[in-house]
Amino acid sequence: MNRAILRLFGLIVVLFALLVAWTSRWTVFEQDELRANEHNNRRLLEEQRIPRGPIRARDGTLLARSVRGSAGTYSRRYPQGDLFAHTVGYSFLSVGRFALEQEYNEDLTGEERGVQSIVDQLAGRERRGREVRTTLDLRAQRTALRALAGRAGSVVALEPQTGRIRVMASSPSFDPNRLRRARDLSAIPDGSALNRATLGQYPPGSTFKVVTAVAAIDSGKYTKESQVDGSSPKTISGTPLSNFGNQQFGSIPLTTALTKSVNTVWAQVGVDLGRETMQEYMERFGFYERAPVDLPEEERGRSGVQVRGQQGFVEVTDSAVDLGRVAIGQGGLLATPLQMANVAAAVANNGTLMRPRLVDRIVDREGRTVEEFEPETESEVMKASTAREVGDMMADVVAEGTGTAAALQGVSVAGKTGTAERDIARGINTPWFIGFAPRERPRIAIAVALESERGQGGTLAAPVAREVLQELLR
Amino acid sequence: MSARNRELFGLVPAALLVTAGFAAVFLQQDDLRTEISDLSLTYGAVFLGLCVAVHLVVRITLPHADPYLVPLVAILASFGLVMIYNIDEDLARDQATWFVVGVAVFAGTIIFLRDYRVLERYRYTIALAGIVLLLLPRMPGIRAPVNGAYLGVQIGPVSFQPAELAKICMIVFLASYLRDTRQVMMQRLRLKDLGPLLVVWGASMVLLVFIRDLGSSLMFFGGFLALVYVATSRLSFVVIGLGLFAAGAAFFMNTVSHVQDRIDAWRNPFDPELFNAEVGGSYQIAQSLFAQADGGLFGTGFAQSLLDLPGGGRLLPAAETDLIYALITNELGLAGAAALIGVYLLIVERGFKIATLADDSFSKLLATGLTAVFALQVFVIIGGVTKLIPLTGVTLPFVSYGGSSIVANFLLLALLLSVSNRARAPR
Repeated sequence: MNRAILRLFGLIVVLFALLVAWTSRWTVFEQDELRANEHNNRRLLEEQRIPRGPIRARDGTLLARSVRGSAGTYSRRYPQGDLFAHTVGYSFLSVGRFALEQEYNEDLTGEERGVQSIVDQLAGRERRGREVRTTLDLRAQRTALRALAGRAGSVVALEPQTGRIRVMASSPSFDPNRLRRARDLSAIPDGSALNRATLGQYPPGSTFKVVTAVAAIDSGKYTKESQVDGSSPKTISGTPLSNFGNQQFGSIPLTTALTKSVNTVWAQVGVDLGRETMQEYMERFGFYERAPVDLPEEERGRSGVQVRGQQGFVEVTDSAVDLGRVAIGQGGLLATPLQMANVAAAVANNGTLMRPRLVDRIVDREGRTVEEFEPETESEVMKASTAREVGDMMADVVAEGTGTAAALQGVSVAGKTGTAERDIARGINTPWFIGFAPRERPRIAIAVALESERGQGGTLAAPVAREVLQELLR
Repeated sequence: MSARNRELFGLVPAALLVTAGFAAVFLQQDDLRTEISDLSLTYGAVFLGLCVAVHLVVRITLPHADPYLVPLVAILASFGLVMIYNIDEDLARDQATWFVVGVAVFAGTIIFLRDYRVLERYRYTIALAGIVLLLLPRMPGIRAPVNGAYLGVQIGPVSFQPAELAKICMIVFLASYLRDTRQVMMQRLRLKDLGPLLVVWGASMVLLVFIRDLGSSLMFFGGFLALVYVATSRLSFVVIGLGLFAAGAAFFMNTVSHVQDRIDAWRNPFDPELFNAEVGGSYQIAQSLFAQADGGLFGTGFAQSLLDLPGGGRLLPAAETDLIYALITNELGLAGAAALIGVYLLIVERGFKIATLADDSFSKLLATGLTAVFALQVFVIIGGVTKLIPLTGVTLPFVSYGGSSIVANFLLLALLLSVSNRARAPR
């Protein structure tokens, strides 16, 4: 019988080996699939037990913190209410995560990688989130939202040399604290969830003439003194185009055409430069790409040209695009406020566009900086000489042209206004202002867009820019 | 070193494990709740006391018994107690009480049953008792179906799973019966000799249909086949038996909805309909797999496991009984789970060793049967939790929460040690 017993033991060994094999299957070989399974909510529940790291403004003010609740779980509080709803975002079990809360989730939950995670596990060390330090300026953000005064629109202000975003305001906003006990996002008022700074796509109107001016001068075909005929109306792409108020100009230099925002001049310049050149410069400024900012992909909008009857954005090289009208910021061209802030920033920074950032460092629970994001060049848009010339032209716009409402006491501001027609019959426009200051050593580049207002960029958007610039340059 | 001193030293690892485990739970709870409780440390001390008590009983009454079984069982018990304590303090208190009862039964069995061979005299009584035990859960008034299966009886505040005890009754009966008939069965295969085989097959099918307990049914029949094989060395019995069982199982699979549900859940654990089903769905097995995946190689750590849903309720259903292996894998990883299976394998090895050392057929068959049914029970539940086979409600011996399981397995241990003591006694 002993031989049979031995065989039986052999069988049991095989069966037990199968048990170990199947356990390895779930714990090692198919671990990732199981973790990614749609029914698996362990990750979310797990994260609730971790004190998420705080998110702070540039000056250290708390923008988001975790509060310990009953049963050892933590929940999020946003002490600044609706000020940073679109940039800081929210993180709640029932409604998920949004904006920086999502983008920096791994740091905020203190996820460790590789060896460190095993060491921590063995040591039974409690997981804690790391702090995310943003570049956002509390006071300027408040100023921006107050200046927007509930009107739908957005303000983006950043440092041209580093790309650090100091203000990213979107109006109307919402209070993320209201989502804490919400079952779904319906607790947010209609229309306020959208981050208009990165997802709001508006015709940029005359502010886009800065891009056309850069292309004209940088391509070597024009200087700021080149003379172009500014009579109105002029036939562009087979339809007549008029200047604002059908004003007549004779042959005028480009710089004057920018100061007075002469549509017919810039439309002709655009057509003359050609589709290839315009497409090239637009791409250098970042059009047609998702905004290169540190937000989740779905919150980074694109800018480009939309043509009736076609899906998505169409390149300017496509003959369906009305090149002359695109050159003055119409003709189906749509841009986000962040994109237009980048246009101003590239001119301000001698032609180099820096990658915009909302976060500049990650700090661990002991207060050590574990990661610092150095400024990165996004693209070399134009020659420094071009930037200087276009900068001079933009300074004239604020000094004596359509943008005087943005002028500051003792600081020279360079800029460009825009008034894109939205509903001609009802006289509703999208007023814009883009610019930078101080003119000589720019510290801030800015873009202001108001979604739909009766009025012009020079009278509605420029004053908003002025207030925010004043706060930031104090 | 004498066998008993080896046993005593063998208890050291279990002592360390239980101390480390309870200390970890203690620290964790200290962190979560503000009041400081040293209850967990008391549990550790009580547990160590029980280990020493068992050792002393064995030292006095069974001086020659295998020295490794008690320490191995102590390791299993400490695994279980720490896990259960982590789940719920009240459950741990019950479990600790049951351990005391189990140890009492263990000591009682050894002391009063000085010669286990007297059991042979009562084999038909024992067989009858086993059958009555199996049918108890269907008796009106005391039955308590759980998840569609009639596994337990409820008498007053005490619930009891009679299948645990019935399995020992069956092994004792079969060991005794086969000792008499094995010679005949080895000679030639007559239809008459297939009688008991058919009877046990019938009993397994009854289990399947009336008790709706697929796991116990598999365990019983597997144990029975193992015994027949060892008794006769004839593989043909095993083949015929397996064929019969497969045919019966296949038939009932399509007729008994409870069994059908279990199979569906096993095949498609992530089917949304099955996953969200109120009864008989795949939520349990899916959560078991998720918990194991989170364990990875080294686990999340003692007492680090995620157990409760924020709105109340359990994330891992039946974590203290059916799914305790998933919980262990979650906290200790593949490494800890493999170690646990290793401990079971060592116990099985000792069990079969005892069987080979025993010098009479009854002792050999008894030790083989008890060990085989123990091993199969481990396979059925761990196999279910890891989705190797459909998940059924069988306990993990000495680890899962549950009084009947502990008492029955202590009884099994007492019998094994008695056989061992006799086999190894110097003559």
